[in-house]
Amino acid sequence: MPTLKLTVNGRPVSREVPGQLLLVQLLREELSLTGTHVGCDTTQCGACTVHLNGRPIKSCTTLAMSCEGGEVTTIEGIADGANLHPMQEAFRANHGLQCGYCTPGFVMASIKIVERLGPDFTDEEIREELEGNICRCTGYHNIVKSVRAGARAMAAHGGSAPVRREGEERVVDSTRSMLEQISELDPESNEAHDAASGKAK
Amino acid sequence: MHAFDYHRASDVTSSLALQRQLGDSRFLAGGQSLLPMMKLRFAQTANIVDLRDCDELCGIAVEYETLRIGAMTRHADVAASKDVREAIPALADLAGWIGDPMVRSRGTMGGSIANADPSACYPSACLALAATINTTGGDIDADDFFLGVFETSLGEGELVTGAEFAIPDAASYQKFRHPASRFALAGVFVARFGEIVRVGVTGAARSGVYRWLEAEEALSRQFSVEALEGIHTPITEMNSDVQADAEYRAHLVDTMTRRAVLDAMTRSRD
Repeated sequence: MPTLKLTVNGRPVSREVPGQLLLVQLLREELSLTGTHVGCDTTQCGACTVHLNGRPIKSCTTLAMSCEGGEVTTIEGIADGANLHPMQEAFRANHGLQCGYCTPGFVMASIKIVERLGPDFTDEEIREELEGNICRCTGYHNIVKSVRAGARAMAAHGGSAPVRREGEERVVDSTRSMLEQISELDPESNEAHDAASGKAK
Repeated sequence: MHAFDYHRASDVTSSLALQRQLGDSRFLAGGQSLLPMMKLRFAQTANIVDLRDCDELCGIAVEYETLRIGAMTRHADVAASKDVREAIPALADLAGWIGDPMVRSRGTMGGSIANADPSACYPSACLALAATINTTGGDIDADDFFLGVFETSLGEGELVTGAEFAIPDAASYQKFRHPASRFALAGVFVARFGEIVRVGVTGAARSGVYRWLEAEEALSRQFSVEALEGIHTPITEMNSDVQADAEYRAHLVDTMTRRAVLDAMTRSRD
């Protein structure tokens, strides 16, 4: 079997893998990064979305070997310790998820939408850009709200820096009231937090 | 997926040699069609030759009256290209409407052309823009390249290396998308070169992508929606499936053609 070398969430990885191994299998089964999900396995639902060399891709439709030498970022790689990425925080604060299965894919896709379009765009643009992600719970309304809030938060934090949840003055206005409502909840035991951070399996 | 061995070479010449030497093998471009087909076991192979390192297959160049796109150029790069947006904005639109952002990060123009999916977008542009398909076996006119559903005149072991699109005076691509897959239920590319008009239709016919000659003749006489009065797509030629029956598809082709003409009239370069 060929040896695959690549970087995942900033860490070098070296593995002997069969040619047909998909990137999502490498992440979940070899590296135990189970935040990246397999929904449809047919390139439609986007639950497996990760970043490869800065671009959003569907890891269920990419060979692991095709990523050799590349830099892969998964949902586990965007937060800074306990501090969620602004987009994760926005999904949590705006109830942009219910069961959470699709959420890691939505968050990874949404970060790239904001990087592509900047902080200001219409709801129609968000819906169009999220074409490759399917959610069976929310009806998308709160997801669109989350992306809009996440975009503002990313701009306020100078791009993709994680939100510091202990410093509430740094959380943008649009998410402040929601955060206040849920601030008494312990983030570590919060299902929404787990889903948005990819900890839910 | 069935097991296979993964291979890669650094340029086209060695990729072709590798493929010949391996025998049972397939080239892998962006993999957004081939890998799903292999997962469903509609396709299988003992060896994959990944073209990702063939840098000579990537790139966009405008030369006089031609826009050339390398085969491994990703849809996202075509959609975002200033050169494409300036030369043939309808082609940038087309690339930006394929699949979704993640598919466009991986999928390539050459892969789309070589696969010749009857619902793929690029083949309609190739026909309407009188493209020359560059292959390792020589250049092929788009009119002679697409033979049918998943069928091209590409020879065994040959590779699409790029496509040269003639730059039109006006063009538009209008696509009625399948709401889930984003493939075209009917996609119509209309291009006007002076008075000559070409119309490429994808997604609709049983025989795959085609030029709608009757509409071309009428639009070459007079480039307007009125010129298409009384001209309708023959229902018997249309594909019929669970997503859209033949009558509906024929109606969509008629409508998308008229929308494309209207749009092209507002975007004329001359």
